[in-house]
Amino acid sequence: MTGQANIPVRVARIEQITPMIRRFTLERSDGGTLPGFSGGSHVVVTMRGEERTHHNPYSLMGSPDDKQRYQISVRRDDDGRGGSLFMHQKVAEGDTLEVSPPTNLFALNPLAERHILIAGGIGITPFMAQLHELRRAGADYQMHYAFRDQENAAFRDELEAACGDRLTAYDGSAGQFVQPAQLLGEQPLGTHVYVCGPKGMIEAVNEAAFELGWADSHVHWEEFAAPPVGKPFRVVLQKSGMEITVPGASSVLEALEDAGLQPNCLCRGGVCGECETAVVEGEIEHNDHFLPDDVKQSNSRMMICVSRARSERVVLDL
Amino acid sequence: MAAPMKIATPPIKSAESFRDDFTYSNSPQAIRRFPFPFHEDEYMYSVNIEPHNGGPVGSVYAPRFDIDEHYLSETEERRLVLEQDPGRCQVLPYMMEAQWDTLELLMESLAADYPQHFTLSKEGDRWTWENRPLGIRDSFVFGDPSTLPQEPFEYITRQVQGDFTLHGQRDNMLYMDGGMVTCQADWSLDFDLGMNWYEWHGPVPKAHQMGIFDRALKFLLNLQVERPVRRLNWTMTINPRMDTSPENYHKWGIDRSTVTPENAGEKAHLRVELQTLYRLPRSNAILFSIRCYLISMEELVTVPKWARRFPRVLRTLPDELAEYKGLIDYRPAVLEYLEQFDDGAETSPGTAPD
Repeated sequence: MTGQANIPVRVARIEQITPMIRRFTLERSDGGTLPGFSGGSHVVVTMRGEERTHHNPYSLMGSPDDKQRYQISVRRDDDGRGGSLFMHQKVAEGDTLEVSPPTNLFALNPLAERHILIAGGIGITPFMAQLHELRRAGADYQMHYAFRDQENAAFRDELEAACGDRLTAYDGSAGQFVQPAQLLGEQPLGTHVYVCGPKGMIEAVNEAAFELGWADSHVHWEEFAAPPVGKPFRVVLQKSGMEITVPGASSVLEALEDAGLQPNCLCRGGVCGECETAVVEGEIEHNDHFLPDDVKQSNSRMMICVSRARSERVVLDL
Repeated sequence: MAAPMKIATPPIKSAESFRDDFTYSNSPQAIRRFPFPFHEDEYMYSVNIEPHNGGPVGSVYAPRFDIDEHYLSETEERRLVLEQDPGRCQVLPYMMEAQWDTLELLMESLAADYPQHFTLSKEGDRWTWENRPLGIRDSFVFGDPSTLPQEPFEYITRQVQGDFTLHGQRDNMLYMDGGMVTCQADWSLDFDLGMNWYEWHGPVPKAHQMGIFDRALKFLLNLQVERPVRRLNWTMTINPRMDTSPENYHKWGIDRSTVTPENAGEKAHLRVELQTLYRLPRSNAILFSIRCYLISMEELVTVPKWARRFPRVLRTLPDELAEYKGLIDYRPAVLEYLEQFDDGAETSPGTAPD
């Protein structure tokens, strides 16, 4: 899925939503309309900085009916690899960026009897688009939104206007937290739960669903892994004979791209499976949510968008 | 690929038949643009998926959905099949969003690619659709099924050549949850409806063991909006019969025992499906278009390269696949007919005529 052109967009509007979160409204800069999408979709935003190019996935949060503009929100991560800081510090209204066409790895199941949506912090964004769909379909849903404190309760007013009494808000500073076991325990058969937020929240919801005997197919979660920063290592490409160094702050995928290669990839967050690569030699630090545990343990394959080497050198079947 | 060339698109013919007296035939221009699927002289099994992003002007790959000289014949054939068997068009109730996605994609594509035949005008949700070849002009409210004479998926696919299926995506799996299937190569929507990817591909030989379906499913689950893909598939059909369905097997199965070297040129047809796959934007479903092209052996051998190559491919097709495609019994008769046109000369690379 590489080699296909991105869509050029112009930043039409930037809003400071909370001290940490900005919302960007993007419009097509070459005329015409943007591709339609379904709630839960993300796009990969390409940011061409002076030192390096960033590619970060962000959920689309506007109305899927609106082909004139996309909206994304970016939480500033001061310890990250720079993509979110670039969006916060370098990008101004009127600037141009590129986005990939939308992909949905976190779709609503239209056959669900009821939808329980659970968001923590910036994890609210995919649900903002899904709420449009749920309202249009007249679906039975509940929105559970947890945030650190009132100052960080992004989009709370918009959610209240959209959801009315289907919204339950949890203010962590007031000791309010989602109780997954209790919440899921009250639901009728045929309910689907969707969770997006911090790792601990996703794990707690998954555990509660498992304990209650929910089918895996009724539990949905999305967590894009940011490629973690680590130690540099060497990558040998067996087929082409190339050997490159992966710097500490780059992923294998990015290092290959910097070397002029175009490996298959799509989400860049360890979710979609597109960049799965056979490992000939070396030990892997797996950071993805795609490969099954037994494959991870065998060190036979890796997702080059987020995973790194534990050894000083890996040989890939590329 | 051969150098890009201009390919003539013949005008739409008046309706010919795909049954009874079988008046269907291809014009010389239609033969030139036939999607001959074989790149080399030997049969090779491959998934061969590539981006569906156009092709040489006038070729079947150039538009998103190809409308050719058989448009009136094929839409009339569809009407006849549906009249006798309305179950050939079925969509599960939850897929109304995918129905509208399909209508929008087809109308916008046809109006953009064939402005001489189709016009779509919009005033907000109020849409007007003009299909001049079929003499249709309808105004309706996008999103309101009560404003169309049929449900949106049936309404629009009655007006487009080729079969269509709709696939819901959930739990990392695709389900066949709808379709308009009237010109199929021996499979049944009524039987497959609701099945998952592995269930409906169950009968295909060899590919499961090769891991082809695992890889293709993974690829399609990540299919992006506005990034359609395509592949070709092929089989053979006796007489130019579009509706070779299991439901009507009693009408066409017997045809396969009537092929002789003397009549193979007229009776035996290469049947090629241009299969395209689209991610539908709002529903996140996949639309699968199976556009069927039929060419008789007599027509095929008018292109010398194809006359040499096709018998070579047919001879190397493994028996298991010849059996699956239903051509194992009449393959010798077809080969005997074709081999008189194969002088043993080398063939050029690519699929296009020389």
